Amino acid sequence: MSSPEFSDGEAPAEKVTEVSGTGIPVRGNDIDTDQIIPARFMKVVTFDGLGQFAFFDQRFDDEDNEKDHPFNEEQYRGANVLVVNANFGCGSSREHAPQALMRWGIDAVVGESFAEIFAGNCLALGIPTVTADQEDIEALQDYVEANPDAEVDIDVAEETITYGDTVIDATVHDAQRKALVEGVWDTTALMGANEGAVRETARSLPYVPAEHIPGDEA
Amino acid sequence: MSEGTLYDKVWDRHKVTRLPTGQDQLFVGLHLVHEVTSPQAFGMLKERGQEVAFPERTHATVDHIVPTGNRDRPYQDEAAESMMAELEENVRGSGIDFSDPDSGNQGIVHVIGPEQGLTQPGMTIVCGDSHTSTHGAFGALAFGIGTSQIRDVLATGCVAMEKQKVRKIEVTGELGEGVTAKDVILTIIGELGTDGGVGYVYEYAGEAIEDLGMEGRMSICNMSIEGGARAGYVNPDETTYEWLKETDAFADDPEEFERLKPYWESIRTDDDAEYDDVVTIDGSAIEPTVTWGTTPGQTAGITEPIPDPDDLPEEDRDTARRAQKHMRVEPGDTMEGYEIDVAFLGSCTNARLKDLREAAAFVEGREVDDDVRAMVVPGSQRVRDAAEAEGLDEVFKEAGFDWREPGCSMCLGMNDDQLVGDEASASSSNRNFVGRQGSKDGRTVLMSPIMVAAAAVTGKVTDVREMEEVATV
Repeated sequence: MSSPEFSDGEAPAEKVTEVSGTGIPVRGNDIDTDQIIPARFMKVVTFDGLGQFAFFDQRFDDEDNEKDHPFNEEQYRGANVLVVNANFGCGSSREHAPQALMRWGIDAVVGESFAEIFAGNCLALGIPTVTADQEDIEALQDYVEANPDAEVDIDVAEETITYGDTVIDATVHDAQRKALVEGVWDTTALMGANEGAVRETARSLPYVPAEHIPGDEA
Repeated sequence: MSEGTLYDKVWDRHKVTRLPTGQDQLFVGLHLVHEVTSPQAFGMLKERGQEVAFPERTHATVDHIVPTGNRDRPYQDEAAESMMAELEENVRGSGIDFSDPDSGNQGIVHVIGPEQGLTQPGMTIVCGDSHTSTHGAFGALAFGIGTSQIRDVLATGCVAMEKQKVRKIEVTGELGEGVTAKDVILTIIGELGTDGGVGYVYEYAGEAIEDLGMEGRMSICNMSIEGGARAGYVNPDETTYEWLKETDAFADDPEEFERLKPYWESIRTDDDAEYDDVVTIDGSAIEPTVTWGTTPGQTAGITEPIPDPDDLPEEDRDTARRAQKHMRVEPGDTMEGYEIDVAFLGSCTNARLKDLREAAAFVEGREVDDDVRAMVVPGSQRVRDAAEAEGLDEVFKEAGFDWREPGCSMCLGMNDDQLVGDEASASSSNRNFVGRQGSKDGRTVLMSPIMVAAAAVTGKVTDVREMEEVATV
């Protein structure tokens, strides 16, 4: 496989084989992207600064007083492994959700299951979404709560999560694992290398007129 | 693995190659763009010194932040104005067609694609919006993507994807009076769950689906994502072709229609196709259906009791308890009689001409309850114009509805149309998540357009079948 190159000389995507750091638990099933980043914070043209708005409505009341939420707790400042439950990230396709988490400091998300678009958006940022059984996840959440300073190690290639003396069998979806471990998650570069084949596919489709295919206009 | 389904065929026709990740590179036949999820993607493209690869296969509009009242530029909301200005600059610099408000073609991206004939059977269609699944109603493979993927499509005309499983959802029988496509999809999500479709594409089939017009099919495909399925589709048939004939793409070009029809026919699911899963739902048993909670899977027929969380599967109990507390509902009660403050008729699920006609037919001669703030937000400028030509705007206004300009509006509260405090809304939109309609204490009850109309009139959730003269259009 040829390594992807960008016209401006930017380096190809880095390999993400493991993520280590302290954990932060956010409990509950079906946590949707409207909760992760409320729509009113999406009235922006860059992703910069979204980190401070992660879980905003769960963290603050109408008078902007802090509510009980892990993202407000001092003990989790600096955490980079988010531990969630089932169907996390359901709802809207907004990449603002993983962007807000990433800019808050999250490098990996571990949970029972993830909504597909959310997991895809995470991958595009090099953030693994790692799944494990409900019991294992709940035990990990308990552990992180009791030991906020303890390290949690995610091995993406080997599909394990290690904390204390415990090793959890985890799952990283095949394509995601390959993309992260081999550093090929920058799909723009990957696909850009196949320009000729793209044009050929476009030409084979009866609904695509020649004048819509760059280079074929004549 | 599925074989011989529309999904398999459209996938194969658009597959460019297998990527080193194991994903397939798919050519994108139509890329729809709006103002909220695209600016960062255009920014990334510029950073890399790249240009839009297939501008003529790309189409933009403005819907999420656009005001539905005063639309004089600059918009009063500075953030909205800057997003609009950014989109204008991005599309005009790239040669992308733009259905802007001055064109008379502006509207919600999932309303304008089908009405302009941009959406066609056998296409791959993507947009940075999860409700892109709507376009599957035409037999297209259509799904929502994130902003980094928008960059991919802008730069290469392709997306990287893994093939998914196909579940056929067969809705048998005839729908009862007062029962609409919206009730069908709310029932499906209620039965299969909000994550039941993860890993699947939904093929909707059966008599009840075939009997629906394109608007109803769009409402159903639209909410595939609420059931966890990134895409949903209906095989194209005569109903599809009749719609297409009237669109800009073919109205003046019947030869082009005839030229493409064999392709559309060729991508229909084969009679002996194989599915990964098949689910059958009795359409004749579906009632007008509403949500009682804060996920679109927490639904009940209008005469059905709200479930006791203790009776639900263990993993659903906590969510249900929290939802019932937020909504202030009790297990054992029905949703009938639940008091509402706002009636919202709009969104990419239900703001097409047929939706407006049905609601107007119900509203005619009735009045909005004194305590209800009611609004109609047509899905597009064309829908609005067509409705006005039929006098529907007058019907709504006389009844006490606010008649507004098109956009996403109160579906997600990114403009001024928002719930205030703990207001409860009867909403024809697609999501009842906490905070979705602009207030974190707001309460959303999802339902069909005619149920919204009935709730607007009575001030509470109402079984439309019990009101006199239920008109069907």
